[in-house]
Amino acid sequence: MGLSVLSIIYLIGSVTFILGLKMLSKPDTARKGNLVAAAGMVLAILGTIFLYKSEGKHLHNYGWIAAGLLIGTVIGVMAAKKVKMTAMPEMVSMFNGMGGACAALISVVEFNHLVHSRFNVGEVLSSAGEQMVQQLQRILQGVADGNGNVTIGMHPDLRGHLLIILLGLIIGAVSFAGSVVAWGKLNGRIKDFAFKGQHIVNLVVMAIVVIGAAVLVLTVNQRVQAAVDAGSVDGLLSFQLLFYLILICALIYGILFVLPIGGADMPVVISLLNSFTGVAAACGGFLYNNPVMLTGGILVGSAGTILTILMCKAMNRSLKNVLIGSFGGGAAAAATS
Amino acid sequence: MEYILSFFQQHIELIYIVILSIFLGVEVISRVPSVLHTPLMSGANAIHGVVIIGAIIVMGQAEADNYLALILGFLAVILGTVNVVGGFVVTDRMLEMFKKKK
Repeated sequence: MGLSVLSIIYLIGSVTFILGLKMLSKPDTARKGNLVAAAGMVLAILGTIFLYKSEGKHLHNYGWIAAGLLIGTVIGVMAAKKVKMTAMPEMVSMFNGMGGACAALISVVEFNHLVHSRFNVGEVLSSAGEQMVQQLQRILQGVADGNGNVTIGMHPDLRGHLLIILLGLIIGAVSFAGSVVAWGKLNGRIKDFAFKGQHIVNLVVMAIVVIGAAVLVLTVNQRVQAAVDAGSVDGLLSFQLLFYLILICALIYGILFVLPIGGADMPVVISLLNSFTGVAAACGGFLYNNPVMLTGGILVGSAGTILTILMCKAMNRSLKNVLIGSFGGGAAAAATS
Repeated sequence: MEYILSFFQQHIELIYIVILSIFLGVEVISRVPSVLHTPLMSGANAIHGVVIIGAIIVMGQAEADNYLALILGFLAVILGTVNVVGGFVVTDRMLEMFKKKK
Protein backbone atom coordinates (compact mmCIF):
# COMPACT_ATOMS: atom_id res chain seq x y z
CA MET A 1 0.00 0.00 0.00
CA GLY A 2 2.60 2.49 1.17
CA LEU A 3 4.94 1.69 -1.66
CA SER A 4 2.33 2.05 -4.36
CA VAL A 5 1.30 5.41 -2.93
CA LEU A 6 4.96 6.38 -2.93
CA SER A 7 5.38 5.50 -6.59
CA ILE A 8 2.38 7.68 -7.42
CA ILE A 9 3.92 10.48 -5.37
CA TYR A 10 7.14 10.09 -7.34
CA LEU A 11 5.17 10.23 -10.57
CA ILE A 12 3.48 13.44 -9.45
CA GLY A 13 6.86 14.81 -8.43
CA SER A 14 8.36 14.11 -11.84
CA VAL A 15 5.40 15.73 -13.60
CA THR A 16 5.62 18.85 -11.43
CA PHE A 17 9.29 19.20 -12.28
CA ILE A 18 8.56 19.06 -15.98
CA LEU A 19 5.64 21.48 -15.64
CA GLY A 20 7.68 23.75 -13.41
CA LEU A 21 10.52 23.96 -15.90
CA LYS A 22 8.08 24.58 -18.71
CA MET A 23 6.34 27.37 -16.82
CA LEU A 24 9.64 28.86 -15.71
CA SER A 25 10.59 29.41 -19.31
CA LYS A 26 7.67 31.81 -19.92
CA PRO A 27 7.64 35.24 -18.25
CA ASP A 28 4.01 35.32 -17.12
CA THR A 29 3.91 31.86 -15.57
CA ALA A 30 7.45 31.77 -14.26
CA ARG A 31 6.67 32.45 -10.64
CA LYS A 32 3.89 29.92 -10.49
CA GLY A 33 6.14 27.37 -12.15
CA ASN A 34 8.66 27.76 -9.38
CA LEU A 35 5.97 27.12 -6.78
CA VAL A 36 4.65 24.09 -8.65
CA ALA A 37 8.11 22.53 -8.71
CA ALA A 38 8.61 23.37 -5.03
CA ALA A 39 5.31 21.72 -4.12
CA GLY A 40 6.31 18.59 -6.02
CA MET A 41 9.64 18.56 -4.20
CA VAL A 42 8.01 18.84 -0.77
CA LEU A 43 5.64 16.02 -1.66
CA ALA A 44 8.47 13.79 -2.85
CA ILE A 45 10.56 14.47 0.26
CA LEU A 46 7.69 13.81 2.67
CA GLY A 47 6.73 10.70 0.76
CA THR A 48 10.28 9.39 0.94
CA ILE A 49 10.54 10.02 4.67
CA PHE A 50 7.29 8.32 5.62
CA LEU A 51 6.64 5.73 2.95
CA TYR A 52 10.01 4.59 1.65
CA LYS A 53 10.74 0.94 2.33
CA SER A 54 13.77 -1.11 1.44
CA GLU A 55 13.62 -4.88 1.87
CA GLY A 56 10.47 -4.47 3.91
CA LYS A 57 12.01 -2.05 6.37
CA HIS A 58 11.06 1.56 6.91
CA LEU A 59 13.74 4.18 7.27
CA HIS A 60 15.00 4.95 10.74
CA ASN A 61 17.05 7.75 12.32
CA TYR A 62 14.07 10.08 12.02
CA GLY A 63 15.58 12.38 14.63
CA TRP A 64 18.69 12.91 12.56
CA ILE A 65 16.74 13.39 9.37
CA ALA A 66 14.41 15.92 10.97
CA ALA A 67 17.33 17.78 12.53
CA GLY A 68 19.15 17.88 9.19
CA LEU A 69 16.08 19.11 7.36
CA LEU A 70 15.47 21.77 10.00
CA ILE A 71 19.03 23.07 10.03
CA GLY A 72 19.18 23.04 6.23
CA THR A 73 15.88 24.89 5.93
CA VAL A 74 16.94 27.58 8.38
CA ILE A 75 20.28 28.10 6.66
CA GLY A 76 18.69 28.03 3.21
CA VAL A 77 15.93 30.53 3.99
CA MET A 78 18.26 32.86 5.86
CA ALA A 79 20.86 32.83 3.11
CA ALA A 80 18.28 33.27 0.36
CA LYS A 81 16.41 36.09 2.13
CA LYS A 82 19.47 38.01 3.23
CA VAL A 83 21.35 37.98 -0.03
CA LYS A 84 21.44 41.22 -2.01
CA MET A 85 19.77 41.27 -5.39
CA THR A 86 23.07 41.83 -7.14
CA ALA A 87 24.65 38.89 -5.35
CA MET A 88 22.06 36.36 -6.50
CA PRO A 89 24.12 34.52 -9.12
CA GLU A 90 26.82 33.77 -6.60
CA MET A 91 24.21 32.51 -4.16
CA VAL A 92 22.85 30.18 -6.83
CA SER A 93 26.39 28.98 -7.40
CA MET A 94 26.82 28.24 -3.70
CA PHE A 95 23.54 26.32 -3.53
CA ASN A 96 24.56 24.40 -6.60
CA GLY A 97 27.85 23.48 -4.96
CA MET A 98 25.97 22.16 -1.96
CA GLY A 99 23.88 19.92 -4.18
CA GLY A 100 27.08 18.62 -5.77
CA ALA A 101 28.63 17.99 -2.37
CA CYS A 102 25.47 16.17 -1.30
CA ALA A 103 25.72 13.85 -4.31
CA ALA A 104 29.43 13.22 -3.64
CA LEU A 105 28.76 12.42 0.03
CA ILE A 106 26.06 9.94 -0.92
CA SER A 107 28.58 8.23 -3.16
CA VAL A 108 31.17 8.06 -0.38
CA VAL A 109 28.69 6.45 2.01
CA GLU A 110 27.50 4.00 -0.62
CA PHE A 111 31.08 3.06 -1.47
CA ASN A 112 31.83 2.27 2.15
CA HIS A 113 28.63 0.32 2.32
CA LEU A 114 29.65 -1.67 -0.75
CA VAL A 115 33.07 -2.46 0.70
CA HIS A 116 32.11 -3.20 4.26
CA SER A 117 28.70 -4.76 4.00
CA ARG A 118 30.27 -8.07 3.05
CA PHE A 119 32.01 -8.33 6.38
CA ASN A 120 29.11 -8.14 8.78
CA VAL A 121 27.97 -11.63 9.60
CA GLY A 122 24.31 -10.81 9.60
CA GLU A 123 24.57 -8.92 6.37
CA VAL A 124 26.56 -11.66 4.71
CA LEU A 125 23.84 -14.12 5.60
CA SER A 126 21.05 -11.91 4.40
CA SER A 127 22.94 -10.95 1.27
CA ALA A 128 23.63 -14.61 0.62
CA GLY A 129 19.91 -15.23 0.76
CA GLU A 130 19.37 -12.27 -1.49
CA GLN A 131 21.94 -13.59 -3.94
CA MET A 132 20.23 -16.94 -4.09
CA VAL A 133 16.97 -15.25 -4.91
CA GLN A 134 18.70 -13.08 -7.49
CA GLN A 135 20.37 -16.07 -9.05
CA LEU A 136 17.12 -17.95 -9.17
CA GLN A 137 15.55 -14.97 -10.87
CA ARG A 138 18.43 -14.76 -13.27
CA ILE A 139 18.19 -18.42 -14.10
CA LEU A 140 14.46 -18.11 -14.61
CA GLN A 141 15.01 -15.07 -16.78
CA GLY A 142 17.71 -16.88 -18.71
CA VAL A 143 15.32 -19.70 -19.38
CA ALA A 144 12.56 -17.33 -20.32
CA ASP A 145 14.77 -15.40 -22.68
CA GLY A 146 16.11 -18.56 -24.16
CA ASN A 147 19.72 -17.55 -23.70
CA GLY A 148 21.79 -20.02 -21.80
CA ASN A 149 24.58 -17.75 -20.62
CA VAL A 150 23.65 -17.50 -16.99
CA THR A 151 26.61 -16.64 -14.84
CA ILE A 152 26.66 -18.44 -11.55
CA GLY A 153 29.16 -17.15 -9.05
CA MET A 154 29.27 -16.75 -5.31
CA HIS A 155 29.22 -12.97 -5.44
CA PRO A 156 27.10 -10.55 -7.38
CA ASP A 157 28.79 -8.46 -9.99
CA LEU A 158 29.62 -5.10 -8.48
CA ARG A 159 30.98 -3.32 -11.52
CA GLY A 160 27.83 -1.53 -12.65
CA HIS A 161 27.00 -0.43 -9.14
CA LEU A 162 30.50 0.89 -8.54
CA LEU A 163 30.57 2.69 -11.87
CA ILE A 164 27.46 4.65 -10.95
CA ILE A 165 28.82 5.42 -7.49
CA LEU A 166 32.02 6.74 -9.07
CA LEU A 167 30.16 8.82 -11.64
CA GLY A 168 28.11 10.45 -8.90
CA LEU A 169 31.26 11.03 -6.87
CA ILE A 170 33.34 12.55 -9.65
CA ILE A 171 30.65 14.76 -11.16
CA GLY A 172 29.41 15.86 -7.75
CA ALA A 173 32.91 16.70 -6.54
CA VAL A 174 33.84 18.64 -9.69
CA SER A 175 30.59 20.55 -9.45
CA PHE A 176 31.11 21.31 -5.77
CA ALA A 177 34.68 22.56 -6.11
CA GLY A 178 33.89 24.49 -9.29
CA SER A 179 30.84 26.14 -7.77
CA VAL A 180 32.72 27.26 -4.69
CA VAL A 181 35.41 28.81 -6.89
CA ALA A 182 32.74 30.47 -9.05
CA TRP A 183 31.13 31.83 -5.90
CA GLY A 184 34.45 33.21 -4.72
CA LYS A 185 35.12 34.84 -8.06
CA LEU A 186 31.77 36.59 -8.25
CA ASN A 187 32.36 37.66 -4.68
CA GLY A 188 35.72 39.10 -5.60
CA ARG A 189 37.45 36.87 -3.06
CA ILE A 190 39.22 34.78 -5.65
CA LYS A 191 41.09 36.46 -8.46
CA ASP A 192 41.52 35.13 -11.96
CA PHE A 193 44.45 32.85 -11.88
CA ALA A 194 46.21 31.07 -14.68
CA PHE A 195 49.68 29.69 -14.95
CA LYS A 196 51.70 28.34 -17.82
CA GLY A 197 50.97 24.78 -18.75
CA GLN A 198 47.76 24.78 -16.83
CA HIS A 199 45.94 22.83 -19.50
CA ILE A 200 48.55 20.10 -19.16
CA VAL A 201 48.02 19.94 -15.41
CA ASN A 202 44.27 19.82 -16.04
CA LEU A 203 44.67 16.94 -18.44
CA VAL A 204 46.91 15.04 -16.03
CA VAL A 205 44.46 15.43 -13.17
CA MET A 206 41.61 14.40 -15.42
CA ALA A 207 43.59 11.38 -16.59
CA ILE A 208 44.24 10.29 -12.99
CA VAL A 209 40.53 10.51 -12.29
CA VAL A 210 39.50 8.54 -15.37
CA ILE A 211 42.22 5.88 -15.11
CA GLY A 212 41.70 5.48 -11.39
CA ALA A 213 37.97 5.04 -11.88
CA ALA A 214 38.56 2.51 -14.65
CA VAL A 215 40.96 0.51 -12.46
CA LEU A 216 38.49 0.51 -9.61
CA VAL A 217 35.61 -0.65 -11.76
CA LEU A 218 37.60 -3.33 -13.55
CA THR A 219 39.18 -4.85 -10.46
CA VAL A 220 36.36 -4.53 -7.94
CA ASN A 221 35.14 -8.10 -8.29
CA GLN A 222 38.54 -9.73 -7.78
CA ARG A 223 39.44 -7.41 -4.92
CA VAL A 224 36.27 -7.96 -2.98
CA GLN A 225 36.36 -11.68 -3.68
CA ALA A 226 39.96 -11.93 -2.47
CA ALA A 227 39.18 -9.93 0.65
CA VAL A 228 36.17 -12.08 1.45
CA ASP A 229 38.26 -15.23 1.00
CA ALA A 230 40.94 -13.83 3.29
CA GLY A 231 38.24 -12.82 5.72
CA SER A 232 39.56 -9.35 6.42
CA VAL A 233 39.24 -5.82 5.10
CA ASP A 234 42.98 -5.20 5.10
CA GLY A 235 43.40 -6.16 1.48
CA LEU A 236 40.95 -3.49 0.49
CA LEU A 237 42.93 -0.63 1.98
CA SER A 238 44.68 0.32 -1.24
CA PHE A 239 41.34 0.01 -3.00
CA GLN A 240 39.78 2.53 -0.65
CA LEU A 241 42.79 4.82 -0.87
CA LEU A 242 42.43 4.90 -4.63
CA PHE A 243 38.78 5.85 -4.21
CA TYR A 244 39.67 8.82 -2.01
CA LEU A 245 42.49 9.78 -4.36
CA ILE A 246 39.90 10.01 -7.11
CA LEU A 247 37.72 12.17 -4.88
CA ILE A 248 40.62 14.55 -4.17
CA CYS A 249 41.65 14.72 -7.82
CA ALA A 250 38.07 15.45 -8.86
CA LEU A 251 37.98 18.33 -6.37
CA ILE A 252 41.28 19.66 -7.70
CA TYR A 253 40.01 19.36 -11.24
CA GLY A 254 36.89 21.35 -10.35
CA ILE A 255 39.05 24.14 -8.96
CA LEU A 256 41.48 24.17 -11.87
CA PHE A 257 38.65 24.06 -14.36
CA VAL A 258 36.97 27.24 -13.11
CA LEU A 259 39.96 29.25 -11.87
CA PRO A 260 41.17 30.65 -15.19
CA ILE A 261 37.74 31.51 -16.56
CA GLY A 262 37.00 35.22 -16.60
CA GLY A 263 34.51 36.71 -14.16
CA ALA A 264 32.15 37.85 -16.91
CA ASP A 265 31.72 34.29 -18.10
CA MET A 266 30.83 33.03 -14.65
CA PRO A 267 27.04 32.75 -15.20
CA VAL A 268 27.69 30.41 -18.11
CA VAL A 269 30.03 28.32 -16.01
CA ILE A 270 27.53 28.21 -13.15
CA SER A 271 24.85 27.04 -15.53
CA LEU A 272 27.19 24.34 -16.82
CA LEU A 273 28.04 23.19 -13.29
CA ASN A 274 24.33 23.26 -12.55
CA SER A 275 23.70 20.72 -15.27
CA PHE A 276 26.64 18.66 -13.92
CA THR A 277 24.99 18.46 -10.53
CA GLY A 278 21.80 17.39 -12.27
CA VAL A 279 23.64 14.43 -13.77
CA ALA A 280 25.16 13.61 -10.38
CA ALA A 281 21.66 13.59 -8.87
CA ALA A 282 20.51 11.29 -11.65
CA CYS A 283 23.33 8.88 -10.72
CA GLY A 284 21.78 8.76 -7.27
CA GLY A 285 18.48 7.94 -8.93
CA PHE A 286 20.12 5.01 -10.69
CA LEU A 287 21.67 3.85 -7.45
CA TYR A 288 18.39 3.70 -5.57
CA ASN A 289 16.15 2.90 -8.52
CA ASN A 290 14.41 6.13 -7.72
CA PRO A 291 12.50 7.56 -10.69
CA VAL A 292 11.95 11.05 -9.32
CA MET A 293 15.66 11.59 -8.70
CA LEU A 294 16.37 10.21 -12.13
CA THR A 295 13.92 12.39 -14.04
CA GLY A 296 14.65 15.48 -11.96
CA GLY A 297 18.40 15.06 -12.37
CA ILE A 298 18.38 14.26 -16.06
CA LEU A 299 15.91 17.05 -16.83
CA VAL A 300 18.17 19.57 -15.15
CA GLY A 301 21.16 17.98 -16.85
CA SER A 302 19.77 18.35 -20.35
CA ALA A 303 17.87 21.58 -19.82
CA GLY A 304 20.90 23.03 -18.08
CA THR A 305 23.14 22.15 -20.99
CA ILE A 306 20.79 23.79 -23.47
CA LEU A 307 20.44 26.78 -21.18
CA THR A 308 24.22 27.07 -21.01
CA ILE A 309 24.41 27.17 -24.78
CA LEU A 310 21.59 29.74 -24.95
CA MET A 311 23.36 31.92 -22.40
CA CYS A 312 26.53 31.75 -24.44
CA LYS A 313 24.61 32.79 -27.52
CA ALA A 314 22.98 35.69 -25.68
CA MET A 315 26.46 36.90 -24.78
CA ASN A 316 27.70 36.36 -28.30
CA ARG A 317 30.24 33.81 -27.20
CA SER A 318 30.55 30.18 -28.01
CA LEU A 319 30.78 27.63 -25.24
CA LYS A 320 34.06 26.45 -26.66
CA ASN A 321 35.42 29.97 -26.38
CA VAL A 322 34.37 30.27 -22.80
CA LEU A 323 35.92 26.98 -21.78
CA ILE A 324 38.92 26.57 -24.04
CA GLY A 325 39.69 30.23 -24.51
CA SER A 326 40.50 30.45 -20.86
CA PHE A 327 43.21 27.85 -21.15
CA GLY A 328 45.15 30.22 -23.37
CA GLY A 329 45.65 32.47 -20.39
CA GLY A 330 43.80 35.10 -18.41
CA ALA A 331 44.82 37.87 -20.78
CA ALA A 332 42.64 36.74 -23.66
CA ALA A 333 39.64 36.27 -21.42
CA ALA A 334 40.16 39.63 -19.77
CA ALA A 335 40.46 41.36 -23.13
CA THR A 336 37.13 40.08 -24.37
CA SER A 337 35.21 40.65 -21.17
CA MET B 1 30.60 -7.54 -22.93
CA GLU B 2 28.07 -10.03 -21.69
CA TYR B 3 27.98 -8.16 -18.44
CA ILE B 4 27.32 -4.85 -20.17
CA LEU B 5 24.43 -6.36 -22.06
CA SER B 6 22.88 -7.87 -18.96
CA PHE B 7 23.37 -4.58 -17.13
CA PHE B 8 21.44 -2.83 -19.87
CA GLN B 9 18.75 -5.45 -19.77
CA GLN B 10 18.35 -5.15 -16.03
CA HIS B 11 18.03 -1.40 -16.12
CA ILE B 12 16.30 -0.96 -19.43
CA GLU B 13 13.34 0.93 -17.97
CA LEU B 14 15.61 3.46 -16.28
CA ILE B 15 17.60 3.87 -19.46
CA TYR B 16 14.40 4.62 -21.37
CA ILE B 17 13.52 7.24 -18.77
CA VAL B 18 16.96 8.80 -19.06
CA ILE B 19 16.85 9.08 -22.82
CA LEU B 20 13.31 10.41 -22.97
CA SER B 21 14.09 12.90 -20.19
CA ILE B 22 17.07 14.21 -22.12
CA PHE B 23 14.88 15.02 -25.12
CA LEU B 24 12.18 16.42 -22.88
CA GLY B 25 14.61 18.74 -21.13
CA VAL B 26 15.87 20.04 -24.45
CA GLU B 27 12.32 20.59 -25.76
CA VAL B 28 11.05 22.31 -22.63
CA ILE B 29 13.85 24.87 -22.58
CA SER B 30 14.46 25.45 -26.25
CA ARG B 31 12.62 28.79 -26.54
CA VAL B 32 13.21 30.97 -23.54
CA PRO B 33 13.65 34.77 -23.49
CA SER B 34 17.09 35.80 -22.34
CA VAL B 35 15.75 37.79 -19.36
CA LEU B 36 14.61 34.51 -17.89
CA HIS B 37 17.97 32.81 -18.17
CA THR B 38 19.12 33.47 -14.62
CA PRO B 39 15.80 32.61 -12.90
CA LEU B 40 15.56 29.48 -14.99
CA MET B 41 19.07 28.48 -14.01
CA SER B 42 18.17 29.09 -10.39
CA GLY B 43 14.95 27.09 -10.71
CA ALA B 44 16.77 24.19 -12.33
CA ASN B 45 19.32 24.45 -9.53
CA ALA B 46 16.54 23.98 -7.00
CA ILE B 47 15.09 21.03 -8.90
CA HIS B 48 18.33 19.08 -8.94
CA GLY B 49 18.21 19.46 -5.19
CA VAL B 50 16.04 16.35 -5.49
CA VAL B 51 19.32 14.63 -4.63
CA ILE B 52 18.15 15.25 -1.05
CA ILE B 53 15.98 12.17 -1.42
CA GLY B 54 19.11 10.09 -1.85
CA ALA B 55 20.58 11.72 1.24
CA ILE B 56 17.44 10.92 3.24
CA ILE B 57 17.61 7.29 2.13
CA VAL B 58 21.30 7.05 3.07
CA MET B 59 20.57 8.59 6.43
CA GLY B 60 17.55 6.43 7.05
CA GLN B 61 19.37 3.19 6.29
CA ALA B 62 22.52 3.89 8.30
CA GLU B 63 22.98 1.55 11.24
CA ALA B 64 23.13 3.21 14.63
CA ASP B 65 26.79 2.22 15.13
CA ASN B 66 28.01 3.26 11.70
CA TYR B 67 29.22 6.72 12.62
CA LEU B 68 30.82 7.50 9.27
CA ALA B 69 27.56 6.91 7.44
CA LEU B 70 25.61 8.81 10.08
CA ILE B 71 27.84 11.86 10.00
CA LEU B 72 28.23 11.99 6.22
CA GLY B 73 24.54 11.29 5.73
CA PHE B 74 23.61 14.02 8.17
CA LEU B 75 25.88 16.48 6.35
CA ALA B 76 24.39 15.40 3.04
CA VAL B 77 20.85 15.98 4.32
CA ILE B 78 21.77 19.48 5.51
CA LEU B 79 23.55 20.40 2.26
CA GLY B 80 20.74 18.99 0.14
CA THR B 81 18.10 20.86 2.10
CA VAL B 82 19.99 24.12 1.77
CA ASN B 83 20.12 23.47 -1.97
CA VAL B 84 16.38 22.81 -2.27
CA VAL B 85 15.02 25.44 0.10
CA GLY B 86 17.52 28.13 -0.77
CA GLY B 87 17.13 27.43 -4.46
CA PHE B 88 13.37 27.83 -4.50
CA VAL B 89 13.39 30.89 -2.24
CA VAL B 90 16.07 32.65 -4.29
CA THR B 91 14.20 31.88 -7.52
CA ASP B 92 11.03 33.28 -6.04
CA ARG B 93 12.78 36.45 -4.99
CA MET B 94 14.29 36.87 -8.43
CA LEU B 95 10.93 36.49 -10.12
CA GLU B 96 9.30 38.83 -7.64
CA MET B 97 11.77 41.53 -8.53
CA PHE B 98 10.88 40.87 -12.12
CA LYS B 99 7.20 41.62 -11.58
CA LYS B 100 7.91 44.94 -9.92
CA LYS B 101 10.13 46.11 -12.70
CA LYS B 102 7.41 45.65 -15.29
